[in-house]
Amino acid sequence: MIGELRRSLVGAIEDLGSVTLFLLRLLSNTPRALLRFELIGRQIFNSGALSLVIIMLSGLFVGMVLGLQGYQLLRNFGSEDSLGTAAAVGLLRELGPVITALLFAGRAGTALASEIGLMRATDQLSAMEMMAVDPIRYVVVPRFLGGVIAMPMLSLIFCVIGLYGAQLVGVQLMGVDSGSFWSQMQAAVVLRDINQGLVKSVSFGIACSLIAVYQGYYAAPTAEGVGLATTRTVVTSAVVVLFLDYLLTSAFL
Amino acid sequence: MGKSSTLNLGAGTFVLLGFAALAFLTTQTTVHGPHLGGTRSVYVVTAKFDNIGDLKVGAPVSMAGVEVGRVSHIDLDTKQYKAVVTMQLDSKYNEIPSDSDASIYTQGLLGGKLIGLTAGGSDTYLKNHDQIDFTQSAIVLETLIGQLVASFANKTPDSSGSSGTAPPPAPSSKPEKSK
Repeated sequence: MIGELRRSLVGAIEDLGSVTLFLLRLLSNTPRALLRFELIGRQIFNSGALSLVIIMLSGLFVGMVLGLQGYQLLRNFGSEDSLGTAAAVGLLRELGPVITALLFAGRAGTALASEIGLMRATDQLSAMEMMAVDPIRYVVVPRFLGGVIAMPMLSLIFCVIGLYGAQLVGVQLMGVDSGSFWSQMQAAVVLRDINQGLVKSVSFGIACSLIAVYQGYYAAPTAEGVGLATTRTVVTSAVVVLFLDYLLTSAFL
Repeated sequence: MGKSSTLNLGAGTFVLLGFAALAFLTTQTTVHGPHLGGTRSVYVVTAKFDNIGDLKVGAPVSMAGVEVGRVSHIDLDTKQYKAVVTMQLDSKYNEIPSDSDASIYTQGLLGGKLIGLTAGGSDTYLKNHDQIDFTQSAIVLETLIGQLVASFANKTPDSSGSSGTAPPPAPSSKPEKSK
């Protein structure tokens, strides 16, 4: 029992170490990969632009729910005018980065992991190595960087759409005054809130993309292995994002 | 090549959307951020208060209810143990008499604090790095309640002054209030 526990603990530390080494390997290849921005642009398109629809739809509904719940709660105190503040602060600081990261892991992270995993399973990566082409530099790093760049953008778009969702329900449906909705928000929101959201979404972008490419790159070269890598990507990303969110929130307080 | 150009178009549009969202959030959701159309020119004045309550950096400075500036910095004068509040006033309002007084008010019943300026009668105007000499501290609710309790405690012995040591029952102090 204790031996088992120790083995799994050692295994977890080993995993952490190999992820860190993998990240260093990616970073050391980043400067040269940055020059090939055509590859990165393709990955920004794959991870970002193709996730746009799900991000925008989710943002709209999250904002609408926020407007509805916030209105019901704030009406008890007769302060439904500060609905805009509540929605903006909630979206910018927490909901925007976190929900975007979770959706990103589900939409783009799984695609990255299974794509790279399948390349591994079908020996494409080995073939590249045989031709003296470094698969890290040509396959993994562009995907990683694409994800890192796309994630903050998606989060910002999510926030804007969510804000309009909250405005739609609060102002159009529930009759909160449009002027006080925006002006109270503008008086209460500071640049620090936006920075906090940005720092969070960049960190989540790094974490999610790293986990996805790592899981794909080290996937067992079988159909089962690729499936497992995909599952692990989502599960690990979700836990890491929520854990990082707590750390970053406490760092910003 | 055609495939590649639609790809570039898609990625470019996406990145553009992202930056548009950032621009929207930094300019439209907050008034504390960068303002398009150049920075407003401001001048700086300071004022010393005995107690500023929970006045915060960024709180509005208003005159006759119109916002004329914002609190930019709060510090403690370690010699006089007073709060030194630095305010940035809009240069548009450069004709505020130098003997104006600054008071700290509360927004709404339980809202944040703001500084209210009341014009004096002087012919000279406040300039950059001037100090406002006449100030009135924030009304701290706890102090106010403390004073109220203390005034009751002081009054009750008076009303029963001759009767000696026995504290009077609470209801007997009620009429005293109207005095």
